[in-house]
Amino acid sequence: MAKKGDWVQIHTVVLPPEERSSALPEDTKANPLEMWVKGYLQQDAEIGDEAEVITRTGRRARGEVVKVNPYFEHNFGFFIPEVLEIGNTVRKITFGGEY
Amino acid sequence: MDNSYDAIMARKNEIIKNAVGMDFDKFEKPGIGFDYEAMMEATGYTIDEIRRVQSLFSIGNTPLIELKNLTELARKCAPEGKGARIFIKDEASNPSGSFKARRACTSVYQAKKLGYKGVVTATSGNYGAAVACCAAMAGLKCIVVQECYDSKGVGQPEIIEKARKCEALGAEVVQLTVGPELFSTVLQLLEETGYFNASLYTPFGIAGVETLGYEIAEQFRAKVGKDPDVVVCTNAGGGNLTGTARGLRKAGCSAKVIAASVNLSGLHMASDAQFNKKSFTTGHTGFGVPYAVNPDHSDVPRSAARPLRYMDRYVTVTQGSVFYITECLASLEGLEKGPAGNTSLAAAFRLAQDLDRDQCIVVQETEYTGAGKHINPQLSFARQNGIDIHFGDPKDEIPGKSIILPAHPSLIQVTDLDLDHMRRSRIKRAVGSHKDELTDEDIRFLMEETNSDEAFVRSAIAAL
Repeated sequence: MAKKGDWVQIHTVVLPPEERSSALPEDTKANPLEMWVKGYLQQDAEIGDEAEVITRTGRRARGEVVKVNPYFEHNFGFFIPEVLEIGNTVRKITFGGEY
Repeated sequence: MDNSYDAIMARKNEIIKNAVGMDFDKFEKPGIGFDYEAMMEATGYTIDEIRRVQSLFSIGNTPLIELKNLTELARKCAPEGKGARIFIKDEASNPSGSFKARRACTSVYQAKKLGYKGVVTATSGNYGAAVACCAAMAGLKCIVVQECYDSKGVGQPEIIEKARKCEALGAEVVQLTVGPELFSTVLQLLEETGYFNASLYTPFGIAGVETLGYEIAEQFRAKVGKDPDVVVCTNAGGGNLTGTARGLRKAGCSAKVIAASVNLSGLHMASDAQFNKKSFTTGHTGFGVPYAVNPDHSDVPRSAARPLRYMDRYVTVTQGSVFYITECLASLEGLEKGPAGNTSLAAAFRLAQDLDRDQCIVVQETEYTGAGKHINPQLSFARQNGIDIHFGDPKDEIPGKSIILPAHPSLIQVTDLDLDHMRRSRIKRAVGSHKDELTDEDIRFLMEETNSDEAFVRSAIAAL
């Protein structure tokens, strides 16, 4: 349950597949053009409800509520052993075998 | 108001005219051409005025750093006596973390001057953060529209980081799935808000990059006492190269300008399934080649980014080579930067090996790095997406299937694109169905567009 005033992310379909540009590859054209924006919820709503938000610039936008208090989860990824190896290799070549 | 795709696109010219405060029609010539220099002059700013404006935003005067250890590594890979000195312009030192601050600043300044309340920009790249940053300083609202997710809702980590940064700088971020119809969403937002279109491709944006070329000439002369022999520019939409080259020319600098892009041949830029198979979201051939041969395929009627006018050579490098050189920059020079901006560095590392030791090569940008936008998460994401990452010979890399990290730095190579072929493509595009109506003025326009002589243009037309 999201309360009026909560910071939420909403989702809308901008163009269903049949209205998309004809110049697209088939795999893209098979899918809708979708959009996500964030804003302050203007009425109480459940996840999945259609609702209105006011965005950071003050625009009113409507869409399906998909997240409450959305946050970023991107990070520095898993360990990639090759990265260490590159560093070791080029330091040896540049500064000599003793390095 | 009818907000269907076709209806919005039909209102395109009127929306853009209102949103840039510039009537592009007045630069059109009879025939196929337009007056490019008149369009650039219509910004009303000299390079000195742009420098003054940029200094108000604390933009520019970034360090020019000599990469002595990387030069040493290149020399160990080069024939005896070869290996030019490599320098890098640390554009990540700009507010917002990339050269794009220069490009955004002039647009935001112009928007403020003309009384717009906000700016809209369409970009998945560093430019969004740059516009958001300048808008924050100018007290304007800002909307950044990104192509971010595939149809499964999986976002490119590099683009998600840029969304985070834009939001951190106060912008509203509108995120879309894959597709060029993003443009209609931008038009709709411009119409709804009445904001300024801080397009990447207006004369304001490109004039803002001229200071980068100008500064390179000035700083290099002060530091080394001569002009650099080569300046390498990462090339995507063409604005970086165009602005830098124009700035070098304004400073009377003799350096050759070489374009560099990551080779993503075989991947379709509008493909949903291939969207997350790319490990570079900019600086690649998927933008670099089409925008060079068809620059007006942008969000303004005439793009100010026209790289074929300025490039002396255009080379590609592999994704694995750029990741490798990014790690070299950290391990050998203590500079941790974002990979995409290092495309030109990977090219410069190889190009330096063909030049004499007393020659000099300048890489004209770095970009900021962070979560998602860094060699480690980008390789991690690629591996999760089934891309085969291993050491080997980069020439065997297949974009979308493998990333081959060079088994030895001497395996980093550049591949020349056929510039004459691209020039002929540009001519074909520009001429369209007007082959039998061309005037001498049209021929002159095509000579300028392709930086070539009359005989070349006439033979290319005859072959159409």
